[in-house]
Amino acid sequence: MPDQLIFAMEVFLNGLMAGVLYALVALGFVLIFKASGIFNYAQGVMALFAALTLVGVMEGQVPFSHLVNAVLGTEIHHFGWHVPALLAIALTMLVMIALAWAVNHFVFRHLVNQEPIILFMATIGLAYFLEGLGDIMWGADIKKLDVGLPQGINTIIDEYTYNLFDYGFFIDNLDIVATLIAAVLVAGLIVFAQYTKQGRAMRAVADDHQAALSVGISLNWIWVMVWSLAGFVALVAGIVWGTKSGVQFSLSLIALKALPVLMLGGFTSIPGAIVGGLIIGVGEKLFEFLIGAPYLGGATENWFAYMLALLFLVFRPQGLFGEKIIERV
Amino acid sequence: MLDASEGYTTEDGRKIGGVVMEMKNITLRFGGVVAIQDISFDIREGEIRAIIGPNGAGKSSMLNVISGFYNPQEGEVFYKGEKRPPMKPYQVARQGIARTFQNIALFEGMSVLDNVMTGRIRQMKAGLLAQALWKGRAEREEVENREVVEKVIDFLEIQHIRKTPVGRLPYGLKKRVELARALAAEPSILLLDEPMAGMNVEEKEDMSRFILDVNDEFGTTIALIEHDMGVVMDLSDRVVVMDYGKKIGDGTPDEVRGNQDVIDAYLGVAHD
Repeated sequence: MPDQLIFAMEVFLNGLMAGVLYALVALGFVLIFKASGIFNYAQGVMALFAALTLVGVMEGQVPFSHLVNAVLGTEIHHFGWHVPALLAIALTMLVMIALAWAVNHFVFRHLVNQEPIILFMATIGLAYFLEGLGDIMWGADIKKLDVGLPQGINTIIDEYTYNLFDYGFFIDNLDIVATLIAAVLVAGLIVFAQYTKQGRAMRAVADDHQAALSVGISLNWIWVMVWSLAGFVALVAGIVWGTKSGVQFSLSLIALKALPVLMLGGFTSIPGAIVGGLIIGVGEKLFEFLIGAPYLGGATENWFAYMLALLFLVFRPQGLFGEKIIERV
Repeated sequence: MLDASEGYTTEDGRKIGGVVMEMKNITLRFGGVVAIQDISFDIREGEIRAIIGPNGAGKSSMLNVISGFYNPQEGEVFYKGEKRPPMKPYQVARQGIARTFQNIALFEGMSVLDNVMTGRIRQMKAGLLAQALWKGRAEREEVENREVVEKVIDFLEIQHIRKTPVGRLPYGLKKRVELARALAAEPSILLLDEPMAGMNVEEKEDMSRFILDVNDEFGTTIALIEHDMGVVMDLSDRVVVMDYGKKIGDGTPDEVRGNQDVIDAYLGVAHD
């Protein structure tokens, strides 16, 4: 087999894995958009905030310690204990639920029936607020996150492919775990949305507020639930991305990569977010390998996804799986 | 004929029970505009009660008060003998008061079946995990709810469109799906906001038949708003007539028809 083809296969596989990570972030967007029609610009920052909180809790960091120390003149930074990963994840989830409640109670409850653009602006405000809150609570330095996910080259795949092609593929264990997590998450979300009362209520609220009220659905309850779900997805994305590249501000920028994913997959489709993520992941890696690096001077990964999204906007604005835009005339 | 507790028997032999809902001296204002002024009336179990009046009389406002979408500034609402505190619409719905809307409020992206299933939300109590795993109580509940829903779908003759997204249906059928969703809740009072609005004669006849059948078959108490006098007089047991936010008549269709104020309101007399 020619070397070029083998390399391309490895690039393809790595692209799939990267795509799963994009999809994880895109999922959070889809959830909120489906249930409330809000395009949540803050999704990426939520992932950052979740990861910061998780690290802080695990290491027993005192929240707001800089602020407290500055005001009271004390010198406290750590409680002096370490919280096991699973417990810390559960605690962080509680924080995300509290955040969901606060976001609904103080912001979106008051913006019912407003234009989508106003809701969108509110989420931009939320993004900056959360960014600042994360800094004040946990400090702005780059942190390492290790909840015990396996990392490094997967030796089994390496050996197997070496025996097959005389060339071992480099696949990161973390990427494999991320794929499994994403699969479970998506299956869970689909079952939830399609087969449970709460899921049906969520779809109902997304469709028509008045009608939802008239069958006995509490809008506030559903919104808090949806933001909690988005918080949960953000936490998962934060864990995976944080483990991969450290917990730092740039984590919140992964949200930007989710945008082209959404344009491909459609803003309302959970499977769409997955397939969109995979196409972008594979597309940008293969493009870089086949065309970008040899002919265009490289670094095409930075813009390829957006170009692809632009093409989709022109030819298929509802995305691959988006709900058909039905209009009776 | 109208005893406060006992109820009465209609000409066609249907038993009408005691008072299930009573509105007492309801006044509703929007800023300086008085939409409803000091109106009282009751709804009895098993009857078809109509609220009629010309455009802008305050009929829809009254329905919105009953279903909790508006809370009146003055007056009291008694439901099943108990005074009802100010409530949110979803709380009223959970008490067993279902409604339809004048402009149709359906979940357009969902299938007819899913739409009607949302009507059963009040009756679903199984936990989240059980539902997801399709176990025990959740399974039983889902089967029971599906049975009720299928019965309603059969009854309203919309089997052929059960899997169709509601957004694709023509107006008349949408109205029927909305009725099905409300009916699936097995409500103790069914509120219909202009069920015949915008329909042609044939569709109106269909809808009248369904309303009568629902009342007859399930014994559902129905309160409806309509401004088409002819339809209302044929359907209802008792009629409240509103004009400019005030009650100008209340009684059987025949009594109301003979009421001079009502005739004036509908035919129009010069207001001095």
